[in-house]
Amino acid sequence: MDHWWQKDISGCGLSGIINWDGKRISGAVIKKSVALMHDRGNGQGGGFAAYGIYPEHKDHYALHIMFTEEPGKPTRDFDDAMKETEAYLDRALAVDLAEDIPVRVTEKVPSHPLLRRYFVKVKQGSLKGTNMTEDDYIVSAVMHINDKIDNAFVFSSGRNMGAFKGVGFPEDIADFFMLENYEGHTWTAHNRFPTNTQGWWGGAHPFTLLDWSIVHNGEISSYGINKRYLEMFGYKLALLTDTEVVTYMFDLLVRRQGLPISAACMAVAAPFWKDIDRMEESEREACEAIRMVYGPALLNGPFAILFGHGKGLIGMNDRIKLRPFIAATKGKTVYMASEESAIREICPEPKEVWAPRAGHPVVVEMGKGIV
Amino acid sequence: MNRTMPPEFRVKIDQEKCRKCKRCLMSCSFGVYSFADRVIPDSNKCVACNRCVVMCPEDAITIHESPNVYKDHPNWPLSIRKNVWKQAETGGVLLTGMGNDRPYPIIFDHLVVDACQVTNPSIDPLREPMELRTFLGRKPDKLEMEMVGGKPRLKEKLPQNIKLEIPVIFAPMSFGAISLNAHKSLAMAAKESGTVYGTGEGGLHEELYDYGPWTIVQCASGRFGVHSEYLNAGVAVEIKIGQGAKPGIGGHLPGEKIGAEISRTRMIPVGTDALSPAPHHDIYSIEDLRQLIYAIKEATGYKPVSVKIACVHNVAAIATGIVRAGADIVYLDGFKGGTGAAPTQIRDHVGIPIELALAAVDDRLRQEGIRNQASIVAAGGIRSSADAVKAIALGADACAIGTAALLAMGCSLCQKCYTGNCAWGICTQKPELTRRLDPEWGAMRLNNLLRAWGHEIKEFLGALGVNSVESLRGSRERLRGVGLDAQTLDILGVKPAGR
Ligand code: SF4
Ligand code: SF4
Repeated sequence: MDHWWQKDISGCGLSGIINWDGKRISGAVIKKSVALMHDRGNGQGGGFAAYGIYPEHKDHYALHIMFTEEPGKPTRDFDDAMKETEAYLDRALAVDLAEDIPVRVTEKVPSHPLLRRYFVKVKQGSLKGTNMTEDDYIVSAVMHINDKIDNAFVFSSGRNMGAFKGVGFPEDIADFFMLENYEGHTWTAHNRFPTNTQGWWGGAHPFTLLDWSIVHNGEISSYGINKRYLEMFGYKLALLTDTEVVTYMFDLLVRRQGLPISAACMAVAAPFWKDIDRMEESEREACEAIRMVYGPALLNGPFAILFGHGKGLIGMNDRIKLRPFIAATKGKTVYMASEESAIREICPEPKEVWAPRAGHPVVVEMGKGIV
Repeated sequence: MNRTMPPEFRVKIDQEKCRKCKRCLMSCSFGVYSFADRVIPDSNKCVACNRCVVMCPEDAITIHESPNVYKDHPNWPLSIRKNVWKQAETGGVLLTGMGNDRPYPIIFDHLVVDACQVTNPSIDPLREPMELRTFLGRKPDKLEMEMVGGKPRLKEKLPQNIKLEIPVIFAPMSFGAISLNAHKSLAMAAKESGTVYGTGEGGLHEELYDYGPWTIVQCASGRFGVHSEYLNAGVAVEIKIGQGAKPGIGGHLPGEKIGAEISRTRMIPVGTDALSPAPHHDIYSIEDLRQLIYAIKEATGYKPVSVKIACVHNVAAIATGIVRAGADIVYLDGFKGGTGAAPTQIRDHVGIPIELALAAVDDRLRQEGIRNQASIVAAGGIRSSADAVKAIALGADACAIGTAALLAMGCSLCQKCYTGNCAWGICTQKPELTRRLDPEWGAMRLNNLLRAWGHEIKEFLGALGVNSVESLRGSRERLRGVGLDAQTLDILGVKPAGR
């Protein structure tokens, strides 16, 4: 048993926007919002997830890959890592476009990894004889690169979406990736305050898997059991961050086990027994079952998370609201952030502003609004 | 008189204080006292149960370790010399009661618990909800559910589970080993505290059927008092394979303890010895166990079945087999577990500690991906809420307490349970002794104990920054070892303090 791992501890700020009508918003907007919460980070990590940014390749999986030092792995020539990765991609997948991710080097972000993106599809016939879906196949390819190829790290792998992240304050990372040139219907942003110097670009947030991205502010006190629970289902936790655990937990509950997303939210921020005991019979029975079966999935301790999944955005707090989290609406746009000021910075007169109740998610679905 | 046996204790009466009320004569069930103008104690018979000390109105009695010294020899402490003397005298197997009293390292005392500082907040259990509710039994790998009108709805019902309001249950102790009043105390307290007690292997007295929802009935190798109504009387059925205090050994309740009540409950004639064979003679293998598990499930409408084993060397592989055989609960009894009577050498030298067994079993069930198919109950050495918290962090769903429950009912740990003379009316069937234990009083004391532990467990959870016990369960990251060797830490899956 390997129990010598050291957990990564951090605090943070987060911000998210979604236009559920599909109108695309410039990356400059989310940058402005998260930049206002500059003091919630310490320059050790900033990042963004954007949905709807690659309409011209919307049927391709967009793999964002960084070639750089990786903790716990030997460092070699990054070009070699790139060559090995590209040879693997050519074998495993149909690569229709490979290019550098455009960047603008400034003195605020003095050094950076080799950053590439690949628009890929699963080759015809690859799934024959397996019971995998295309998504499963992509997940296994991502896991292969991250696990087996030294100095190559896939940091985003969804369709018509991408993550942009690195070591620095989020506004500087936004400038570095020239996010003003991207337009998406959903954006999330993260400003990180790790207690240790991190220095690894892959360690910044959001954490993504396929179309899913998680930004998270918190420190999950139940991390130990959440990790062991996921390991029982074959997940390898490499980054030892809360965000990784949150992402895999949703992956397990929703993608692999088929729970409705709101039921998964109830598992990770479970209603209290005192409330369950007062529910009408069928709801009580369902909630009791969620707690009995998914007790180890309960994320206990302070958190606020934004969970983007391509078809919408979910924001939620832990069950006793130990981290700040505010939501607002204006027209068909919903805003969620750690601080109200970060919302008012980009939407001075919201129609409605509220502090969502502990454990009660704000669920926004494309085409529908808040459900 | 056996002249080679030095008395263990010396009873002193302060004759100036003594007012000659003779209460000590009535209290002592070991025949220490006689009266001739004044109280005369025979120290040879004293077991230091302290009943007389408690009953004496004048505080006139003191019990001391015997001041007599023998020349010291590290390889031959007096306790071992005495064993040899006793056996030279009687030619018999040494008997004892309660749990292992050898000074093995207590691993719980080398584990410390985490708390929150700055990066995550601790939670105040007096101001915020703090949840201990626990379910014992099989859980599916995943739920089939749908949302109907924004509310979750189950598509498939869950298997039956035992609902506990505190993750501490009362360990099974048979009617026979303990008195009916002790059983009543446990049943009443289990009901009041929202937990369960175990009947042990002696059947269920007819007066206790009303406490079924708080009862786990047991089916052991002697099959005493097992019939269909009995199997259906509780919330679960426990198959007892072994006991931590005497792994691999059966049970023996001597004929003199089999009075009318026990005879009726156990379904054996008055005055016959009640012998439980060492193994179940219909379980010589794991596939036999499976048959019994499913026979019981069929007979009870699929109530959870618990399998209780003593912790022995290959406990992880055994537990895996038990879960694969269909058990819904694995009850692990460590080598510090108590007993009404056991051969001393077996009690003191067979089996392994619960901490290591528990960690190994929880790990193995996770590696096999079947941890959710059965709950783990840890027993045999749980002395405090801190032990319970550590056991839960190591992976237990709940803990069972036997000795601690007896202590709550007045037991003084004199370890003379096997004599049938328990002065506190717990481990005896003599009517003049059993009536010393008032079930209402016993239940009140047990409830107090559970309430106190419940508060303390909540304080631990609050300090850990979690508000529900399932967030502690198996969270070994919240434990650290102090003064444990690397291999032990490895088995426990716990880092040393400082890491
Ligand atoms: S109980 Fe105390 S006061 Fe009464 S006879 Fe015994 S020693 Fe004396
Ligand atoms: S139960 Fe009775 S006989 Fe057994 S140790 Fe306790 S006081 Fe002594």
